[in-house]
Order: sequence, then C-alpha cells, then structure tokens
Amino acid sequence: MIQASKIYKSFKDTPVLKDVSASFDKGKTNLIIGQSGSGKTVFLKCLLGLHGIDQGSISYDGTELDKMTPQERIQLRQDIGMVFQGSALFDSMSVEENIMFPMQMLTNKSEGEIRDRANTVINRVNLIDANTKLPSEISGGMQKRVAIARAIVMNPKYLFCDEPNSGLDPKTSIIIDNLIQEITEEYQITTVINTHDMNSVMEIGQKIIFLENGTKAWEGDKEEIFSTDNKSVSDFVYSSKLFKRVRTAYLNKRKD
Amino acid sequence: MKLFTHIGRYFLMLQRIFEKFTKWSILKKLILTDIDTLIIRSMGIVSFISFFVGGVVAIQTALNMENPLLPRNLMGFATRQSVILEFAPTFISVIMAGKVGSYITSSIGTMRVTEQIDALEVMGINTYNYLIFPKIVALLFYPFVITIAMFLGVFGGYVACVYGGFSSSEEFIEGIQMDFIPFHVTYSFVKTFLFALLLATIPSYHGYFLKGGALDVGKASTTSFVWTSVAIIVVNYIITQILLT
Repeated sequence: MIQASKIYKSFKDTPVLKDVSASFDKGKTNLIIGQSGSGKTVFLKCLLGLHGIDQGSISYDGTELDKMTPQERIQLRQDIGMVFQGSALFDSMSVEENIMFPMQMLTNKSEGEIRDRANTVINRVNLIDANTKLPSEISGGMQKRVAIARAIVMNPKYLFCDEPNSGLDPKTSIIIDNLIQEITEEYQITTVINTHDMNSVMEIGQKIIFLENGTKAWEGDKEEIFSTDNKSVSDFVYSSKLFKRVRTAYLNKRKD
Repeated sequence: MKLFTHIGRYFLMLQRIFEKFTKWSILKKLILTDIDTLIIRSMGIVSFISFFVGGVVAIQTALNMENPLLPRNLMGFATRQSVILEFAPTFISVIMAGKVGSYITSSIGTMRVTEQIDALEVMGINTYNYLIFPKIVALLFYPFVITIAMFLGVFGGYVACVYGGFSSSEEFIEGIQMDFIPFHVTYSFVKTFLFALLLATIPSYHGYFLKGGALDVGKASTTSFVWTSVAIIVVNYIITQILLT
C-alpha cells in the first residue's frame, strides 16, 4: 500500500499540488484521473521520488520515503516497476535486451537465469516473435507490452503506469488495460495508473482519484463514478456524448 | 546570474558522475561502444582535415617567404610548430565539438525527451555515471586522435611542399627537426587531455538537462557546440599563458 498525505508541490512560485492525500491499495488498479495540467504526472513523479515534495509525506507499506536509508531506497527502487507514457524503451537495445536490462543492472543472477526470467515475462505479456527486434521495428501496442514486461521482470511490489493507453487504438487500449489488471491481481501488486482515458476508467477503475487544479476533488470506484453528483467529475468523465448516453442508460437501468 | 547557475549545476553533475558506479560488466560494453562511436568513427574526418590543412599551412608559409635570405627549411619548421602547438590540439578539438559534441548532446537529449533517463532513474541507476562516465573514459583516448592529426598535418605539409616544388624533401625534414623543444609536445597533450574532458562533459550537460521536445534537441546540440568551442578557446588561452610564458 502506498500512502500520500497532504502533499504540496510547486515549481518556482507556481503551486502544482495542493494538499493532496490519497492511498493506493495492494492488488488493485488505482487510477489517477484529471484534465491535462491537473497535476497527475507531477503527483505520480512525487510518489516515485523523481520529484521532491515541498510538504507532506509519502510512505510505502508504512515506511516514509523521506526517512528511508539509502539501502532502503535502493531496495524500494528494485520493488518499483514503471510504464512510461511513450514506453521509454532503450532505442539501441532489442526487445529482449530491454526486458533483461533491469535484472542485468540490479541483480547478480547469471545470464541464463536472466534470459529465462525475461522469456517468462515475454510469454506473460503475449509478445510473440519480437525478442530480437528493436523498439522502432514494433507497433505501439507491442512497445507497451515490452514496457510492461520490463516493468514486471523484477517482480515489483508497486507498478506505476503513466498514460499507458496514449497513442493506442481502443481495442489495443482495452487489451493493455486488461493485461495490467490481470498482472496486478495475479502478483498482488499495488498499481497506480495515470490516465485520462475514460475507457480505462470504466474498465479497470477499482479505485479512482480525481485531481482538479492540483487538488483531490473526488475519490471512488468505477461504479460510484456513474452516480456521483460531483459536477467536476461528471463534466470531465461525461464530456463526450457517448459517455453521457452510457451514464444515462446505466442510471435508468438501475432505477428499473 | 543564469551563467553561474549553469556552471554550478555543471560541477555538481561532475561530482555525481563518480558517486555510484554502474556494474563493470555493463560499463565495459558502454565504454567500448563509445570508443567506437566517439574515437574510431572520428578518425576519417580528422585524418582528412589534418592532411589538407597541414598542406595549406606549408603552402602559405612558402608563399610568404619571398626573401631569398630565409632558409627553405623554415617551411618544415613553421608547419611543425603550427600543427603541433595549435592546429592539431585546438582546431581539431573545435571540429570535434561539432561532430562528437553534437552526437553526445543529441543522444543524451533524446533519451531525456523520450523519458529513457527517467526510466533509468526509476530503476535506481546513477544516470550520470551510466550516461556520462563511459564518454569520459572513451575520450581519454582522444590524445591518440590528436597524435595522428599531428603526424598527418606535418605529412600533408611535406607532400604539399615537396610535390608542389616549394622545397626539397631534405630541407623540409631538416626544418621539422630544427630547434625541436619536446616540452611543446607535452604542452600540446596537456591541452588535448583537458579538451577531451570538455568534449565529454559539456555536451553531456546540455543533453542531460534538456527540457522540451525534438526541436529542443536540435537547439541544445547547437548551444552545446557553441559553449564547448568557447570553453576550448578559453582553456587554450589559459593553458598557453600558464605553460608557455
């Protein structure tokens, strides 16, 4: 479980996060949603420790990030997997090398053991015949799979995904969403996903935190989001006609 | 004020490079790759420029020696002095700031804008060491490049003078050997070593701290070339003042 309490963060004199508190549960897909510029990515990077925070605290399974010893921080890094918005695969490495990289860097396992583990996760994310290809030679959807495989190769306790569906078609997006949810439940990972894809919200939103102008405006799950009377959330989630219709149909069905 | 911020951040970057080392098995591969990219693949352009500029220096010296009292071996002497003292270490380093410097800035900068550096940081890797240290080690081989530039510059001068009919082979070789001061070579290599450090670190700084997108990678490469060249020229002046006066 990851706990963020009263987080404040500003860049120069511009406040980006204001008094944000949230908890992210183990074995669940925890979504952070909000408009572009609402502070989602900054919040995610604060949780990861990539950005320092001005006030507040972040704790991983009860241990505060700021109070961790260097050794604990190194261990925490090994327990974290991250899927970046643009996949962030290493251009000069093949798919297999990308996936093997964290293990080569952070463990003392033999080349054979590392390759075996890499192939296990490659099979888990259904990457077929792509081992020797470079990231530039595979599709966006496959790149996301490689990024997920690289993120889970170290058996992480925490998985962070920044806009995992950006640039993907709706069908591939759902496949990626489902893959993340399956992995989260299978390995009991604390997964935090940053998204503004409403399909993801409806599909895998086991816990949803809505950020607006750097503050937490709402918290709930994919069922509660249908019936919320929070105007900011409704305006954001049901901004498209399609989702408005879906919501109306859902609420009508519930009345009946 | 902004300049001081950059200088301070540059020195902090230098310190962080040596804080936590990457595993040797990984580092070794990176160093060998960088030696190939930064050193071996620069040999062609360095050899080409050195040979022809050496030739031009010799011809220009010959054309300015109208007085019959001036000995013909002066051409070899002037070519040697120009090439060893200034042309090979400084001129080639400015060219390398364009070739190698732009490559370093754009490769690290692209990693920054595509979040590859963030990915390394999330894994707990010292990105300064992983990205910059192999380039510093690779550029420790830079004096070899300059040695070849020196040889080819003088050889270019020889070919231009002898085959251009400006002096005989014996006169040119006598000129090359005349009043040779070994310390000039030492001075030249001290400069080269410092230039190598600048060539590895200033472009890395511009790539590492890049903000923005693809367009900014191009801008950073240009800025990196300008500042590396400025640093080379300033350090050249300071070292010359310290060692030769």
